[in-house]
Amino acid sequence: MPGEGADADPTVLITETAHGPRIHAVNRAGQEAGAMAGMMLADARTVCPSIQTAPADPAGDLACLEKLAVWAQRWGPWSALDPPDGVLVDTTAAAHLFGGETRLLADVEAAFAARGYAVRTSIAPTAGAAWALAHYGPPRSILSANDNMNRALAELPVAALRLDDDVLTVLRRLGLKRLGDLADITTGAVNRSEEAARDALHRRFRNRKSPSANPLIRLDQLLGRVPEPLLPVIPQQMPLVQRRLMEPLRHRSLLDRVLADLAEDMTRELEGRGEGARRLELGLWRVDGEVIVRRLELAAATRDATHITRLFEEKLDNIDAGFGIETVRLRASWAEPLAAEQGDVEAAAERHGTSLAACIDRLSVRLGPDAVRRPVPHASHLPERAQSWHPPLEGAWPVQTEPVRDRPLKLLDQPERIAVLYASPDGYPQRFRWRGQVHEVMRVEGPERIAPEWWRVRSTVRLRDYYRIEDADGARYWIYRHGIVGDGRGGMPDWFLQGLSA
Amino acid sequence: MSAHTLSAEEIAAISKAREGRWQPGLRDQPLHSEIFASARDASGAGLALALARDALEATAQPEGPLAEADDRRHVLWVQDARAVQMGGRPYVHGLPEEFRERLIHVEAHKPEDALFALEEGLKCRDLACVIGEIAGNPRVLDFTASRRLSLAAEKHGIALWLVRIEAEADLSSARMRWRARPAVSKPPLWNADAPGVPAWQAELFRARGHAPGQWTLTYDKGRLSARSASQVPGTLEHAAPPYPGRLVRPTVGRSLAAVARA
Repeated sequence: MPGEGADADPTVLITETAHGPRIHAVNRAGQEAGAMAGMMLADARTVCPSIQTAPADPAGDLACLEKLAVWAQRWGPWSALDPPDGVLVDTTAAAHLFGGETRLLADVEAAFAARGYAVRTSIAPTAGAAWALAHYGPPRSILSANDNMNRALAELPVAALRLDDDVLTVLRRLGLKRLGDLADITTGAVNRSEEAARDALHRRFRNRKSPSANPLIRLDQLLGRVPEPLLPVIPQQMPLVQRRLMEPLRHRSLLDRVLADLAEDMTRELEGRGEGARRLELGLWRVDGEVIVRRLELAAATRDATHITRLFEEKLDNIDAGFGIETVRLRASWAEPLAAEQGDVEAAAERHGTSLAACIDRLSVRLGPDAVRRPVPHASHLPERAQSWHPPLEGAWPVQTEPVRDRPLKLLDQPERIAVLYASPDGYPQRFRWRGQVHEVMRVEGPERIAPEWWRVRSTVRLRDYYRIEDADGARYWIYRHGIVGDGRGGMPDWFLQGLSA
Repeated sequence: MSAHTLSAEEIAAISKAREGRWQPGLRDQPLHSEIFASARDASGAGLALALARDALEATAQPEGPLAEADDRRHVLWVQDARAVQMGGRPYVHGLPEEFRERLIHVEAHKPEDALFALEEGLKCRDLACVIGEIAGNPRVLDFTASRRLSLAAEKHGIALWLVRIEAEADLSSARMRWRARPAVSKPPLWNADAPGVPAWQAELFRARGHAPGQWTLTYDKGRLSARSASQVPGTLEHAAPPYPGRLVRPTVGRSLAAVARA
């Protein structure tokens, strides 16, 4: 409970920064002891040596806030996050269900207090006004649509506009401390000097398009003159099926049976949602508390139970059941929409062969995901960079490549060095030795000069002169001379064989 | 019409029955072929692609309102790690135009994985054809394995061209077995010193339903053309005009009259 037990001691949450630990949040006892959020821990320790520390967890806080926002939909049809520590709920036409707005706020405070949270609440016609009142207004303040918002909010500080720190500094230097000051200038204009002040303010923030950097936009949002779109939180349930077993499983055949049942359940679950699984996770809880997780990624969304079972069976071979497995859980942590289709697919597959997606799934499960790929053109002049490898069913976005002629059918992974005999260093190759055998060059075309990509590599990388050649037997190769004589980037150029033409 | 006059179709049928020789553009191509080639050039893969294009062209659906405008099925190309190391990987800019966006490449570490991939590919109804490259004579690629591939190919009607790099022609159930070597290409019209359209010396040394033979094959202008090796002189025939000093082609080989007489 707040203020009791461990919370009675001054405690701070810290984040590690480049300059040492910095305080992220402080409890009430810590505040009384003199610590503040944003302070260095060392400074806080001098004020209060007995301070307790714990690491902060911003990602965990955000996840908690998301859950809280979903839970807060009990007071209104939709809610939005207000990181780091706020939730906005739309209670339009919902307050009467709780017996009026006052009682609604009382209900909110009671519900949060029961869960050990401290909360500040308010209700206002706009999200901005509600935020301002909750952070800087009196507790449980309620502003109805009939009230004059300008007057009701005039006494709040300009920080209630949800502005960036640097904008607040500017406003403070201009002497604009309360919302009333700002509102008077932007609307009032009773004499020349106020008109000039208004123009100056407009000019000052003319180029600030982001609401949090422009107090005028924020003020309009606060007063409801311009819309402020909010992103609602929509809960997503992950499809999950599980079996708690009476007897712990110790044998593979039983596990296969349970897996098949789970796959059937998962198929039904996915069918109901009109989705197919892209990633499946199988968790096996052992009696001794150990959890074994097997993960499966699929090339295309599927809800074919036999297919899922077969793919998982490959992954279950090296499972150590220990004293037995008591719970098996299958969840689809990534699902994509998949329309319902005609049944009896498995029998059709038996007769007509598998589909391409199923074939690729089987291949990538056995051979590894990187073994099955598709070559796609890549925008580059360098031959080895002009091709990149993509997952097989993923569409590649179109790349602008100029049509290249007469490229070899196959490219070696590494260009292989060859010893070349030539009449002159810049001339055509006449004979070369590759992998211990000599080839006479009978026909040659070139050079095709390909310069290094100077925007990527060092200035000392040499250019390449490519030649298409055919030897006395008719074998066709693609070789290049790495550099030219006297380019100042090394000695005599080396020759390499890079491609084999059909 | 007398009984001795034969129509052109009948002559063609007779000549085919008599020879049973392979020729490009046959509609009933066998579905499992092996091509033996050296690792020092890409003739094996080149010939496999040329035969695959020829077969796909021959078995394409006839023109009609329901015919697909374009064959968009994928082509599976399986290589084992040694084949990749010896001969490199397919290069998208060097592939035939129609295969460029349709290729799925599988790199298997071991020959048994490559065989698994080939068989899975043959079972897949959405593929146009399967091309494999396996180096050497691995123990797992025995007669049983090749029989499995033949049966899978024939059951699902997907064709397989398996390039055997630096391999001995041991027992296999492949329906056609080729031996490929590069051949000197015809010089291009505009630059006689440049390498021309790829050509291969292809020897069909074992086939079911076809007599063995040897051809020089080229895939040019969208079709596979073959010259019988016996017709081709060893020298470059195009270095000189074909029939110097004579206007009429000499009657070499079979004439239509000879066929009709028989």
